[in-house]
Amino acid sequence: MADASNTDAFVEFERVQKSYDGENLVVKDLNLIMPKGEFLTMLGPSGSGKTTCLMMLAGFETATHGDIRLGGTSINNIPPHKRGIGMVFQNYALFPHMTIAENLSFPLEVRKMGKSEREAKVKRALDMVEMGAFGGRRPSQLSGGQQQRIALARALVFEPELVLMDEPLGALDKQLREKMQFEITHLAHRLGITVVYVTHDQTEALTMSDRVAVFEDGRIQQLAPPDKLYEEPQNSFVAQFIGENNTLEGTVKEINNGVALVQLDDGELIDCKPVNVSKPGERTRVSIRPERVEYNKERLSEGAHTLKAEVLEFIYMGDIFRTRLRVAGNDEFIIKTRNAPDQVRLKPGTQIEIGWLPEDCRALDA
Amino acid sequence: MSALPPYATTGQRVWYYSFRVICGLIFFFLIAPIVVIIPLSFNAQDFFTFTPEMLRLDPEGFSLKHYRDFFSNDSWQSSMWNSLKIAPMATIVSVTFGTLAAIGLSQPHVPFRRAIMAILISPMIVPLIISAAGMYFFYSRIGLQGTYFGVVLAHAALGIPFVIITVTATLVGFDRSLTRAAANMGADPVTTFFRIQMPLILPGVISGGLFAFITSFDEVVVVLFVGSAGQKTLPWQMFIGLREQISPTILAVATILVAISIMLLATVEMLRRRSERLRGMSPS
Repeated sequence: MADASNTDAFVEFERVQKSYDGENLVVKDLNLIMPKGEFLTMLGPSGSGKTTCLMMLAGFETATHGDIRLGGTSINNIPPHKRGIGMVFQNYALFPHMTIAENLSFPLEVRKMGKSEREAKVKRALDMVEMGAFGGRRPSQLSGGQQQRIALARALVFEPELVLMDEPLGALDKQLREKMQFEITHLAHRLGITVVYVTHDQTEALTMSDRVAVFEDGRIQQLAPPDKLYEEPQNSFVAQFIGENNTLEGTVKEINNGVALVQLDDGELIDCKPVNVSKPGERTRVSIRPERVEYNKERLSEGAHTLKAEVLEFIYMGDIFRTRLRVAGNDEFIIKTRNAPDQVRLKPGTQIEIGWLPEDCRALDA
Repeated sequence: MSALPPYATTGQRVWYYSFRVICGLIFFFLIAPIVVIIPLSFNAQDFFTFTPEMLRLDPEGFSLKHYRDFFSNDSWQSSMWNSLKIAPMATIVSVTFGTLAAIGLSQPHVPFRRAIMAILISPMIVPLIISAAGMYFFYSRIGLQGTYFGVVLAHAALGIPFVIITVTATLVGFDRSLTRAAANMGADPVTTFFRIQMPLILPGVISGGLFAFITSFDEVVVVLFVGSAGQKTLPWQMFIGLREQISPTILAVATILVAISIMLLATVEMLRRRSERLRGMSPS
C-alpha cells in the first residue's frame, strides 16, 4: 500500500451511469476505485442503485455509460461467464438437482479441471466453511445457515480474486447473521480476496467492511471507513442513515476559526463544526449522536453553549439508558448513557441542561 | 368429503349420497366405452356384440384370433410401423421446438410475447379439420403433401402447444438466479442450459413430450389430409377398418393401444416423480 501507483486500482467504476428505461437514471455518475484485498460494502436503502452496481460488475446488467475496469482492463464487453468473478446470491442459488459436492465441483468442471484436482479443491472448500461432512447431501436437506456456507464455499472454490455478495445474510436469524458476519470477514482477509458486499443493514456494513459506500438516489453519498462514516458523516442523509442521530434545524449566524454559531429555530444559540455550510444566513441541519450528548455540567467545558431540555421518557435497556427529551421544540431528541453505578436515572418531567463538544455537533446541509 | 358430521340435516344427507352417485355416473360415462372393448376384443366370433357363450363365461366364446389377425395382417402391420415411425419423430420435433419456444417466451424482454404464444397454441384451439385443410393446401404448394416429413411436421405442429404449455408451467417456478449463478461460475449459455436449466424443467418437458406423442399416435384427421397411402397410420387403418370392413380386429388394436397408453403414462409419471425428487421437491 506504500506505493500508491495505478496497480492499486483493482476494481474501477468511471463515470458509470445506468438506466433501465432510457429516461430515469438508476445509477448516476458513479466513480469508485477499489484496491486489491479490500472489503467494500455498498450500503443503501432499496432502490438506491447499489444492487444495480453489483449486477453491472458481475455482468448481468450493462452500463448505459462509462467504464467498469477489473485489474486495469475494461470488462464492459466481457460476458459474465468469462469475468471470473465469484458471487454469493441473496437466495444462495444452489443447484437443487445436484449434491453439495456437485454444486462446488460445477465451476471447476466448466474450467475443464481434472477429477482428482476437483475433488481436492471441493474438499478444501467444504472444510474451509466447516461443512466437510455434507458433500453428499442435497441443498434442500440443509438449513438456511448451512446453505449460506455452501454458497460461500461455491463462490470461493475456483479461487476468484473478486467475490461479490448480494445481501447474503438477509435470510438468516440475528444470531447466525452475526456469527456469519465474522466468519465472512475473517475468511476474506485470510484468503486476501477483494469483496464487494451489498446490504441495507448498516450494522453489517459497519462491522464487516474496510470501507463503506453509502448509496442514495443513484449516487455514492459518502465513501469512508466505518468509524469515519459514523463519526464524521458528510451530509444529512448519511447522518440519518447510519446509526441513531439527533437533528436540530437552524440558521448559520457566523463561522469563526472552524466553529459555526447556529441559531436554532426557537432562538437558542449553539456551537457546531461546519461540515457543508459555508456562509452566514444558510439553513442547516445540526446533527448530534445520542451518546455524545452530556447533561452532567461538570463534564462540559467552560463557556459551552447549553440548551434547556425536558425529560419525556426514560427507557431502561440493560447496558444503556435511552432517554427521550424535548429540545428546542424537537420531541424526538434521544440521549444514550451507559449503565454505570453512578449514572443518574432521569425522571420524566425533570428540567435539565444539555451540552456537547462543538466538534461532535455537525452542521450539515438542510 | 370426509364423513358426514352428526349435525347434518336431512337435506345434507340426501346431497351427501346423491353427490357420490353423480360422481359415479360421470366416471362410468367416461370409462365404460373404453372398458367394454377389452372383453369384446377376445370375442371368438366376428361380431361387435357379446355372444351368449361369452356371457356364460364359456372358454369356447373367447379367442385371440383378432390379435393374431392384427399381428399377421400386412396392412395392420405396415400401419403400425408407420405410426411408430411418425409419432417419435413428431415428438422429438415438438419437444425441441416447444421447449425452446417456452424458454424464449418466458423471457420478460421478448416483444409481443402474448401474441406469439397465442399463435403457437392456436392448433390446439382451431378445429382440427380447419388446421388439416389449411395444412393440405399449404403442404401441397411446397411439396410436403403426401410425404413422411410432411406428416411429421404436421403432427409436430399439433404437439408443440402441449409442450409449450407444460414447459411454461414448469418455468414459472424456475429461479433465474440459478442460470446467473452458473454463468458467474464460468459456464457458457449452452452448458448452463443443458446442465442447469434442462434438468430442472425436465418434468414439464417429459409431460409435454408424452402429450405430443399421444397426439400424433391418435391423430386421424390431419394425416388423412396431409398423408398418402405411404403414411397410413394405425388410427387411419382403424378408421378404414371401421368404415369398410367392420372387422373386430379394431377392438384388439384398441385394447393394445389402451394398454400402451396406460404403460406410457405410468412410466412417464414415474420419471417425472423421480426428477422432481431430484430437484428437491415433493411430488405433486
